Amino acid sequence: MRLLHAENVEDIALGAAVLGTGGGGDPYIGKLMGIQAIREFGPVTLLSLDEIDDDALIVPTAMMGAPTVIVEKLPKGDEIIKSFHALESYLGQKITATMSAEAGGLNSVTPLTVAARLRLPMVDCDGMGRAFPELQMVTATLYGVSSTPFAMGDEKGNSVILNTINNRWTETFSRSITIDMGCTALIACYATTGKELKEWGVPNTITLVEEIGRTIREARRSKTNVVEAVRQVGGGFEIFQGKIVDVQRRTEKGFARGEAVFEGVDEYDSQTLKLQFQNENLVAMVDGEIMVSVPDLITVLEAESGEPITTEALRYGFRVTVLGIPCNEKWRTPEGLALVGPRYFGYDIEWVPVEERYGQ
Amino acid sequence: MRMGVDVGGTNTDAVLMDGTKVVGWFKTPTTPDVTSGITTAMRTVLEQTKIPADRIKAVMIGTTHFTNAVVERKRLMKTAAVRLGLPATECLPPMVDWPPELRDTIGDHKYLVHGGHEFDGREISPLDESEIREVAREIKSKGIRAVAISAVFSPVNSSFEERAAEIIQNEIPDVSISLSHEIGRMGLLERENAAILNACLGDLARAIVESFRKALVEMEIDAPFYLSQNDGTLMSAEFAEKYPVLTFASGPTNSMRGAAFLSGAKDAMVVDVGGTTSDVGMLLRGFPREASVAVDIGGVRTNFRMPDVYSFGLGGGSIISQEPLKIGPQSVGYELITKGLVFGGSVLTATDIAVAGGLADIGDPGAVKGLDAALVRQALDEMQSMVETAVDRMKTSVEPIPLILVGGGVILVSRKVAGASEMVKPEHFPVANAIGAAIAQVGGETDRIFALAELPRDEALAQAREEASEKAKAAGADEETITIVDVDEVPLSYLPSNAVRIRVKAVGDLAL
Repeated sequence: MRLLHAENVEDIALGAAVLGTGGGGDPYIGKLMGIQAIREFGPVTLLSLDEIDDDALIVPTAMMGAPTVIVEKLPKGDEIIKSFHALESYLGQKITATMSAEAGGLNSVTPLTVAARLRLPMVDCDGMGRAFPELQMVTATLYGVSSTPFAMGDEKGNSVILNTINNRWTETFSRSITIDMGCTALIACYATTGKELKEWGVPNTITLVEEIGRTIREARRSKTNVVEAVRQVGGGFEIFQGKIVDVQRRTEKGFARGEAVFEGVDEYDSQTLKLQFQNENLVAMVDGEIMVSVPDLITVLEAESGEPITTEALRYGFRVTVLGIPCNEKWRTPEGLALVGPRYFGYDIEWVPVEERYGQ
Repeated sequence: MRMGVDVGGTNTDAVLMDGTKVVGWFKTPTTPDVTSGITTAMRTVLEQTKIPADRIKAVMIGTTHFTNAVVERKRLMKTAAVRLGLPATECLPPMVDWPPELRDTIGDHKYLVHGGHEFDGREISPLDESEIREVAREIKSKGIRAVAISAVFSPVNSSFEERAAEIIQNEIPDVSISLSHEIGRMGLLERENAAILNACLGDLARAIVESFRKALVEMEIDAPFYLSQNDGTLMSAEFAEKYPVLTFASGPTNSMRGAAFLSGAKDAMVVDVGGTTSDVGMLLRGFPREASVAVDIGGVRTNFRMPDVYSFGLGGGSIISQEPLKIGPQSVGYELITKGLVFGGSVLTATDIAVAGGLADIGDPGAVKGLDAALVRQALDEMQSMVETAVDRMKTSVEPIPLILVGGGVILVSRKVAGASEMVKPEHFPVANAIGAAIAQVGGETDRIFALAELPRDEALAQAREEASEKAKAAGADEETITIVDVDEVPLSYLPSNAVRIRVKAVGDLAL
């Protein structure tokens, strides 16, 4: 158990952008919201998984919607309160704590703002160990935990509760309601007992993202190799170093799909990397061969500063290093791969763990 | 003839141009009040060229007055920030991430009211006119005369900002208002910040424009004058009084535009070597490539159009330290002519190395004859490497492209730079920035979201082109000369109706 203060938020938001694998929303807004919430309501208690009682009720919270809208229509701040109270009445039980459903991106900080405002603790874990584009892509699904009752709220005070037969339907309905709400919504989902969470939760991710963010900050200050420091603390492998020479994007079913091409520099001279994404990075192909794919993490960092680059920010001319980080073991089962593996995204390949290809 | 003036960190340059010909130029140290340096530069050029004042048809000035004011926190007005977006946006009020002393300098007056639009043009809340009137009265009672108005999604629908401005102007007749949709792009906090910065510069903008007017009258120059903008185009004096914030990065932009003109290159790299730093930028179709990330001005995060320029610490006055060998970043700056070895001083500078290496004949070469040959060679290698690294960062493809060298410190770059197809050092390279100011055109830009499910792509593009061209014409462009210089399209994730953000820039020659 420890307290999270305003100064921890910056590290959390930055490290979370690394695990965001190109998606996860705008880290700057997330950081500001977290800092404001703690300034106004006080520090947040972070509990480790083993400090949670088996019969505790934990409800993950997150923001859902379009990254481009979130930077324009900022939240009111208390959207989740009505939804949370509605869930409590519905479930007939007080909620013990909240947590992140998706530690990659700004949803590492969103539950922190909820925790601060409601004066609840936050659990040091998440449901992905990274970011993914669709709601059902949470480890809870693999353990039969339902995403519903699912509450969503907007800034006007509307709150909606959903009940569905499976988590895929929750994604469908909630995506549609999010659009009606103006493409941003605060959600509370996957209500779970402490006992269940100890099975499905990806442990210690908040601490991990904070450590990654702190590593970046300290490496920049001491002017040492930021990317290498991130690689080490994240347990990843260097896939490529190069310059972006082409970026193509198209919108398909509300998701930004696309491809970026990188030309190698230094020891990668004369090699080409193609990165394909659907909000988050999906596969990295070097000279035509898929070398890393979901569910492993592919993250693009600016070569000198180590700044993580979202898929929306990819631009012709950036000098970058691409890292591959092994995903949590829960994704490596047949069920996990069916939910978030390459075949789900349309790549007819067997998933090969990144550490198998790159480990020495 | 046109008179172009550009204010740099060290020097203020003026150039007189007759069409595309440089008739005369002068370089003088920048003065603390900025204006005297500008007047000295212009007067001297006229005296030296003996051109009568009535031959001048237009004066173009690139100034740092406004950047300096923000960075130094001086001459800024108390400003009220009004944001239309309730019930949304409440968690992050205006100026939440500003440096505290800048926020306090302008008074930290912020007001959140109902309004704003959703991404697709629906209202977040209807406008509450009495609420806005109430806010206006409070602002008036505090004696505040500068107001910045920002509404959620105003680049998509600006009507709320405009109506709020009417209401506030009505309550406070002498107030000056900045509307965010006219100044910044998508991204509420950054756009709001740009509008607030613009508003607080109101008094200074009027004072500076007035002092330029007076200076021209004293010099008997009876011609319109323009100020350089961040994107390399010009704005009229009237426009400059309203949008001072659009002049912030005009210096580097003018250098690049001048370099483009002097070399005839449309796509090239430009390295401007100054007294303390060098700036590298990319020219695309004759204009500097724009930065795609948020730009920090005086500690405030903004997102209006700025050139993508990479600065590094190599300049004519850079101090060479040994063991280990380091070039800069400290520099003697404008004191080079007293402190450099070749000028009889005692500081080993980059210029001294250049002279010792036979790259230039400045001052007294005898003063550096005794320098260790290995040191000179190492230092020259290091300077070359610094330039090559910077150039490599900014290049967008492996294709070699021309590299244009401008600025007073070009003697430091002697050998061919890796990645350059040719090295170009145009005539008049020391005053490329003033030339950039003189040859500038006027332009207009449109930047908003289109729903391609409702409007076919080519129609959306055509509409955007039309809007940009209309804005260029409104800025003073001769309709016949208007061309589209940039089109940028970004599909937006998670938004329905196949939403895409289209940005188009049009420029044309000044209709004189």
